[in-house]
Amino acid sequence: MPAGLYRALLTVAGAAIAIVLAVVISSVAISVAGASPEAAFAALFNFGETERAVVNGVTTMINRSVPLFIAGLAVAVGFRMNLFNIGVEGQYRIAAICAAFVGAQFSLPAPIQILVIIVVAAAVGGLYALIPAVMKVTRGVNEVIATIMLNYIAINLAAFLVRGPFTGERAKGQLTTSTPTLPESAWFPNLNGLFEMFGLPAPRGGGLWGFLVVAILLGVAVWVLLERTKFGFEVKASGLNPMAALASGVKPKKMVIAAMVLSGAIAGLIGLPEILGDKHNFGSNFTPGLGFLGIAVALLGRNRPVGIAVAALLFGFLDRAQGPLQFANVPPSVIAIMQGAIVLLVVVANEITSRMALRREERRAARQLGRDTPVEVAA
Amino acid sequence: MNADAPATARPAVELEGITKRFPGVVANHDIRITVEPGTVHAIVGENGAGKSTLMKILYGMQKPDEGTIRINGTEVSFRTPSDAIAAGIGMVHQHFMLADNFTVLENVVLGAEPTTVGVLDTARARARIRELSSTHGLQVDPDRLVEDLGVGDRQRVEILKVLYRGARILILDEPTAVLVPQEVDELFQNLRELKAGGLTVIFISHKLDEVLSIADAITVIRRGTTVASVDPREVTARQLAELMVGSELPTPETRESTVTDTVALSVSGLTMEADGFRPLPKGTPVAEYTAGLRAEGRRLLLDDVSFDIHRGEILGIAGVEGNGQSELIEAIMGMRPAHGTVELAGADISSWSTLKRREAGIGYIPEDRHRQGLLLEASLWENRVLGHQTRKPSRSGVWIDRRAAKADTQRIIDEYDVRTPGVDTLALALSGGNQQKLIVGREMSGEPVFLIAAHPTRGVDVGAQAAIWDHLRAARAAGLAVLLISADLDELIGLSDTLHVIYRGRLVARLDPSDVTPERLGGYMTGAISGSTAEPAGEEA
Repeated sequence: MPAGLYRALLTVAGAAIAIVLAVVISSVAISVAGASPEAAFAALFNFGETERAVVNGVTTMINRSVPLFIAGLAVAVGFRMNLFNIGVEGQYRIAAICAAFVGAQFSLPAPIQILVIIVVAAAVGGLYALIPAVMKVTRGVNEVIATIMLNYIAINLAAFLVRGPFTGERAKGQLTTSTPTLPESAWFPNLNGLFEMFGLPAPRGGGLWGFLVVAILLGVAVWVLLERTKFGFEVKASGLNPMAALASGVKPKKMVIAAMVLSGAIAGLIGLPEILGDKHNFGSNFTPGLGFLGIAVALLGRNRPVGIAVAALLFGFLDRAQGPLQFANVPPSVIAIMQGAIVLLVVVANEITSRMALRREERRAARQLGRDTPVEVAA
Repeated sequence: MNADAPATARPAVELEGITKRFPGVVANHDIRITVEPGTVHAIVGENGAGKSTLMKILYGMQKPDEGTIRINGTEVSFRTPSDAIAAGIGMVHQHFMLADNFTVLENVVLGAEPTTVGVLDTARARARIRELSSTHGLQVDPDRLVEDLGVGDRQRVEILKVLYRGARILILDEPTAVLVPQEVDELFQNLRELKAGGLTVIFISHKLDEVLSIADAITVIRRGTTVASVDPREVTARQLAELMVGSELPTPETRESTVTDTVALSVSGLTMEADGFRPLPKGTPVAEYTAGLRAEGRRLLLDDVSFDIHRGEILGIAGVEGNGQSELIEAIMGMRPAHGTVELAGADISSWSTLKRREAGIGYIPEDRHRQGLLLEASLWENRVLGHQTRKPSRSGVWIDRRAAKADTQRIIDEYDVRTPGVDTLALALSGGNQQKLIVGREMSGEPVFLIAAHPTRGVDVGAQAAIWDHLRAARAAGLAVLLISADLDELIGLSDTLHVIYRGRLVARLDPSDVTPERLGGYMTGAISGSTAEPAGEEA
């Protein structure tokens, strides 16, 4: 069996075992909460009776997965270099409000309008991530602490802006404040056509967010960048062995800034699916927490775009069940317990499987070469 | 035991037949040392001779495969350093293990805090520290922060730390390596007082002048075994040096010189301060500035190092490790700022980045391949790209050319006989020798004009060693200039066209490898012969 295939199978097997264990742990939690685990898991897989209900369920799940996928990508870019960008949370919120506000100031043909909004979001996210990067390379400030602090600033700044300078007109009876509504040229077309192609009814509400396409393209682009380019190689080398990277002419400070800004720029896009595809403004009820969930998604997906996509879909699948669980008389916080358990167990499983794969590779090389035991002088 | 020896004078430490094997290597073999109580006993030997392993065994960090350890006549078997501490052994490490933001007192008691109802009893600790300092002449203010202390004071804190834990036998691992001469004098004064207080000191060093001035007995270790126990009053530094290096030096193979007249690399006035790089004040010439540093008595890691390497020449640097070799490499590679100039093929590259230097044709075989040379968890072809990520054939535009990189990795595997299942194998799966051959092949790629080879055959098997030597010779014949840094005298003498000796950051001697005697080489390397009395550095031999 080729080493790559073996590693992939091992990873999948590890993840599967981790998920089974997570189910067991969640069952205990559900029982303790006084509900029936069977009912809970039935609700998890119950997408509804009618075609329309199934379509709605699938749409909710994918719509939830899209921002999580982008958040996972953002975190993974930092992780690849051993940079822990916890600031994704703040970066995406500040980027989202700025993009929503700027996008509402003018009206251009749709592709340009949307492109400008995307660029503004990426630029704001990248610039906000530049702050901890500069602090790290010039003063050695740990990026974890800097980004956590910057999160507080960003979250509260966004809350202030939406009530103050960036606030738009409030519609009659509207309880929340929000930025001015985007012109229709900024409304990202939905993908409901996909369902109609199969003769299924269109989902209700905003439908299947068209930003899904952008997210997929972004995933491919990140993969190409990290796996195929010189920059990606330098990121990988810096992450695996910073000393060797330095001796090879990779500039560590430049890499920290580049990776952090890239991570922030991707983070800037997290809020756009919701803004462009559904709400058309940034309101005080804008979805929070995506940045923190992105850390879990990146961990689960082992920092690889395909893995992150799977992890995002899994999280979307679990989150979708919030409603059905309530109907089944199960506290929906069970979902959070399950997500936490899965992340923890998968991280442990990943560590075990990657060690197993490394050891197998060592044995295989040794077997193929006969003797040749490594000789190290520990003097 | 001698029948006439009084019972009170049982040896403090007795090591008998200590043998320690690591996979493929015997680090210690049949070591025999007897340390009398109340003496300073020096253990000397070159780096890699097995001193560190021996001390780790004595301090319980490693278990010997064979042999016995007796402390004060009682046979012991240590499993952890705690066992050794309980038996009254204390270790002062070469690199201080102190918490900078703690006071002296806090550092001393750390891990053995006296408490009253769970609260740190500072009064009791302070009293005990004061008592220890005054009885042993180790004057340090217990309430000062360690970060405000000088190197000598920090060392005293380390000694206090082990004394506080009740040590009666102190191991000092190369304690003078970090000290300036005045501090060395102070340390020796402290050691004499410890000795007077009935303590036993085991002093590990390779600086023979120091050893001769402080030790009451000397044991020499060479190639993992004890070769002699001598009385410092009856031995000269030269004799000691000869014992350390061995009396048989290899004779270089007769071969044609390929040295040309073209200078490939020229280094002049390279100087590096120990306490961080400071930019030159405007308008001050480098020489004047560095002379000022010397006058101030600052510790210099590199001190006015100058040499030329011609095309087709291998210039060897001999020296005991830690005398500036790593710093010299880092300065030439542009990884650490230093004063002075480095010229490659006539171009001043002093201000160039590491990347630009590499692109200009500097190859680098690092001294520690796992730390600086490899991405262990990446494939061989990715390791081939490392350091060449901006050059053909690894790169085309913004892309890494995977196909070309893999093809070129296969070329290295074939030409350099790297034994591996394939180019996609992870680097960590290979043995040390094969990893090193891959690095050598990589660094010889892209037609380098100058190669730094730091310990190119360290930790590799004999077959790989011979192959790497052949590759270096072939490259030299093809016109490559090589800076060879090694602790292996066979390697240095066998390969070098010119041999320099580095000692405390200075090139102290330039020797002809075909005509070098062990005592002279050993003398220069260990500082037993000082540079001023011999031919000055840089002079044509």
